[in-house]
Amino acid sequence: MKLPVASFLTDLDFIRVLYIVAFSLFIVGMQRLTKPSTARQGNILAAIGMAIAVVATLLIPSVGDYGLIALGIAIGTIVGVPAARQVKMTAMPQMVALFNGVGGGAVALISWAEYRHYLEHGGNPALDTLIPILFAAIIGSISFWGSNIAFGKLQELIPGKPIVVPGQQIVNGLLLLAAIAAAIAIATGSESEGLFVLILVAAAVLGNMVVLPIGGADMPVVISLLNALTGLSAAAAGIALDNTALIVGGIIVGASGTILTNLMAEAMNRSIPSIVAGGFGGATALAGGGGDDNEGRSVKSTDAADVAIQLAYASRVVVAPGYGMAVAQAQHTVRELADELEKRGVEVLYAIHPVAGRMPGHMNVLLAEADVPYDALKEMDEINGEFAQVDVTLVIGANDVTNPAARTDQGSPIYGMPILDVDKSGSVIVLKRSMNTGFAGIDNPLFYNDNTALLFGDAKASVADVLTEIKEV
Amino acid sequence: MDLITELTILVLAAFVGFEVISKVPNTLHTPLMSATNAIHGIVLLGGILVIGQAEGFLSKTILVIAIAFGTINVIGGFLVTDRMLEMFKKRPEPKKQAVEATEASK
Repeated sequence: MKLPVASFLTDLDFIRVLYIVAFSLFIVGMQRLTKPSTARQGNILAAIGMAIAVVATLLIPSVGDYGLIALGIAIGTIVGVPAARQVKMTAMPQMVALFNGVGGGAVALISWAEYRHYLEHGGNPALDTLIPILFAAIIGSISFWGSNIAFGKLQELIPGKPIVVPGQQIVNGLLLLAAIAAAIAIATGSESEGLFVLILVAAAVLGNMVVLPIGGADMPVVISLLNALTGLSAAAAGIALDNTALIVGGIIVGASGTILTNLMAEAMNRSIPSIVAGGFGGATALAGGGGDDNEGRSVKSTDAADVAIQLAYASRVVVAPGYGMAVAQAQHTVRELADELEKRGVEVLYAIHPVAGRMPGHMNVLLAEADVPYDALKEMDEINGEFAQVDVTLVIGANDVTNPAARTDQGSPIYGMPILDVDKSGSVIVLKRSMNTGFAGIDNPLFYNDNTALLFGDAKASVADVLTEIKEV
Repeated sequence: MDLITELTILVLAAFVGFEVISKVPNTLHTPLMSATNAIHGIVLLGGILVIGQAEGFLSKTILVIAIAFGTINVIGGFLVTDRMLEMFKKRPEPKKQAVEATEASK
């Protein structure tokens, strides 16, 4: 005989109520995530919602095999917690890619196991279950493999530059056709696990092929797109499993990811289809030709003492940070430099390009870590009109987002992308490791301008040198 | 639950998602992406729901991996987001506090 309390706890309606609480917490949490002051609380609320959803699911009477569930959760915790704790702030984007990938992988695996279950019990399920399963399998598998490639590119395990395979688009089209054809075959009556595995494999190869030719500069957009896709596939799995928490949780991410993807693509003046089609791959080949214009022109290099003098006697200085600052972990030194300049009455602002670094907001996160005040961070539209009144702009490890070719050179792959107009300021000092091209692999005419000087070396060391020199000015 | 009810929930939730998220400032895009990324780890529930009915070594193995993947997605995602947001603490503003203190003493 069951206790009344126990039967209440395992009542399906009670579990559904818990799900409502859970997804309400997701929504409230995301609302809070839209303001810096409440963002952390929002994330915690969403996490509590997730905990409630998991506990509620464990209460469902038909759920069994608790030992294996515990095993899976234990493995996930042992892998996930140290990874999240130890990852450096600079490596955040690829970490998000990886976490997104395993989410997509989970969707694909669950849909596979679910299909196996139906085959063992009388064959294909009704279409309102079968179609979401097939959809989840295709999208989940694409997302898993695509995210892994994105991770590999950002982690520099795979070259960041576009990898172009001849006949790329045709091969991709055929792969997608193969996956859809196999899905239709199953939906119209074929009962074959082989076909299902074929869908997973075709989608896996497609995920690899779609992301491989995309240049590193487009990677934030791609991760965001894959994030949205994983959300969609989770929602599809929710329909297949009749689970409201999965439907709502998944589709909210699908919606947010779509918006974020659009915002990022807009900031780069790129269209999502052309990114996915590997447009950067083709265009970069053109840029090789365009870049020749700069050959024979020489760059002017400078030293820390000279930079220090320029900065100390400026009245307005703008720092334009990029991925190089993140790699060198220079944000703290940059803030010390700004503090020293402010002590001398120099106004210091930061120009944040929407896609500087590897993700929107990447620079904000790093500078916040270094306690740079919010009001000193200026978004691109806010600062671009003011560069003419800026004495010195320090470009620290940014490249493509300051490239004037985006305004002038129609042949350039980044033509039309809004950039920081740093070249309009009195003088520009570019901190750079070497003359290598940026992440997108495009030459930057900014470096050859008369008012530009380059300070070669590791960004952090260079800023530290400048700081030492300023103290002596 | 029938398909139409589920589709209704799906479409309404999508609109909620659009509404909530379209107001996020640039600064919070990376943490937001990371938090939503953690939320789709909810697919973990799918693994938990299915594993009890699954039969055979292969199905069970697939689902244990799926649950592990989902857990990594959830736990890793929320932890990483928290680490990012931890840095958004407000700076102590000694000047402002001093002003408030003098105003209070008036």
